[in-house]
Amino acid sequence: MNRNSRRQLANAVSRGFMYAFAAIALLPLALVLLYVVIQGLPALMHPEFFYNPERPEGIPGGGIANAFAGTLVMVGIASIIAIPVGIVSGVWLVEYGKGRTADGVRLACDVLVSIPSIVIGLFIYSLLVITFHGQTGFFGALALAILMLPVVVRTTESAIALVPGALREAGLALGLARWRVALQLILPAAIPGVVTGALLAVARAAGETAPLLLASLGNVFLTFNPGQRMSALPLIVYHDALTPYPDLIQTAWGAALVLVLLTLLVNVLSRLALRRQIRMAGRI
Amino acid sequence: MATAEATKVRAGAPPRPADGFKSITTVVSLAAPVVLILIVVVVIVTALPAIRTFGAGFLTSSVWNPPKEQFGALPFMFGTVITGFIALALALPVGIGVALFLAEQGLDRIRGAIGIGVELLAAIPSVVYGIWGLYILAPWLLQHVSKPLAESLGHVAIFEGPARQTNILIASVILSVMILPTLSSISREVIRAVPGGLREASVAMGATWWETVWRVVLPAARSGIFGATVLSLGRALGETMAVTMTIGNAPHIQASLLQPAYTLASVIANEFNEATGSLYPAALIELGLVLMLVTLVVNVLALLLVHRVSSEARA
Repeated sequence: MNRNSRRQLANAVSRGFMYAFAAIALLPLALVLLYVVIQGLPALMHPEFFYNPERPEGIPGGGIANAFAGTLVMVGIASIIAIPVGIVSGVWLVEYGKGRTADGVRLACDVLVSIPSIVIGLFIYSLLVITFHGQTGFFGALALAILMLPVVVRTTESAIALVPGALREAGLALGLARWRVALQLILPAAIPGVVTGALLAVARAAGETAPLLLASLGNVFLTFNPGQRMSALPLIVYHDALTPYPDLIQTAWGAALVLVLLTLLVNVLSRLALRRQIRMAGRI
Repeated sequence: MATAEATKVRAGAPPRPADGFKSITTVVSLAAPVVLILIVVVVIVTALPAIRTFGAGFLTSSVWNPPKEQFGALPFMFGTVITGFIALALALPVGIGVALFLAEQGLDRIRGAIGIGVELLAAIPSVVYGIWGLYILAPWLLQHVSKPLAESLGHVAIFEGPARQTNILIASVILSVMILPTLSSISREVIRAVPGGLREASVAMGATWWETVWRVVLPAARSGIFGATVLSLGRALGETMAVTMTIGNAPHIQASLLQPAYTLASVIANEFNEATGSLYPAALIELGLVLMLVTLVVNVLALLLVHRVSSEARA
């Protein structure tokens, strides 16, 4: 074999590997989705799965209503805290984001994203759970808010950065105050991108388990009161999957399927919002 | 030029009245750094009693026996590091392959589908990987990989049997899937940032696609890919739920990948709510401190690397 055909062969083989790796990367996604549907669907077939709270093993009719309520309330409170603060920070980073302070905020967000979520749980536990003698849904929500905040800040910043500079200049040239330009002109133009970031943060918070283990602990009773302990969908998956009882393991798979459907739904929604942003940016 | 003009215009403008908007948004924006500092301070302060009691021996002792109040961090550091590095070794070729594929030209439909698929991998919650790993992947790996390995290569220390269903291998495989999106999406951006002129010059010299990738593109993107790798390592070190459910949770240090182990994050998740007394929770919080410091160092290193590449690309 001469040198050129050897080179061609090496080229073909390595290209083949690249295609193979790209295919391998999708294999786990397909397998996870497939098995979560296969194992979880039987649980979803009973309507009481959605409106009954958890029941101990051996008692039929158990559901995930308590976890649903907990996820709803805790992620809701976390969003109310993290999304406005995150959006304001993102706006500030674009409007006044030069200099040491802004670099510090950016670095803090990047580092905050990378702190293991279990450490955030330890933080909430040390600061609040010990002080107030017990876990509550509200503490869980605070932990989730800390996880959401940096995601909202950085996506807001990059969404606003996509807005053409001419829009800002036009506003300023008309003599509008800085806050009017930022909040009434630039932010509305960036809304789809901001919504994408918020949705991604919500999805991240809804799937998070580790901090809730320490901050909200879980609750087998249905409650909407964030002053009490609260369960959450990922908590049910974790607790029930590790029991030896088939009906509880079935509940865990069902909760996992609901969780996956929720995260995929949020992901698709955020993608649609992003597509709108790109179209809008093209029009301006 | 443009920026210089802009400053001149701004300098010439009449002074604006006191900007309340600026002060309010500035205060709100300090939330992220304040929370970060608070986390570091609170975790250090709560771990202090444990640090005082155990001293440096905490980091070098390999005995973890809560009933006898013997606490050593070594088995967990071992488990965290070994699963992280094996996951990295498994994910690296696939991740770079995917990144090269996504950064290529043409085949836009397939490329888009694979890009979305890899991003969805990142959207699946950790605990779902955990239950899937525990009930689907672990039995399969035991039958088709671990047992044959233990039987044929059992004399090699890292494949020593008898193979167990929850072990280092399965935890690492799950971790490698979980870090794949980070690895491939950052590597793709870095590879895209390689100046097109370099690539074109190489192709114009008659190099094949592979020679261009191997000798030109990858070396040019080297430090960025390294940054992506380190960032993924940080992810893997801090991952809790999926590892807790699949690693077997046994605080031993041994070479075999087919035996259970324990990680820093999973021992906290698993034992914290049952930890009684004052020393046991304090020891777990100190493990959390170790974990936090390790991930902080790893991530800041990675951020510096990625930042350097993006500023080089801009220049």
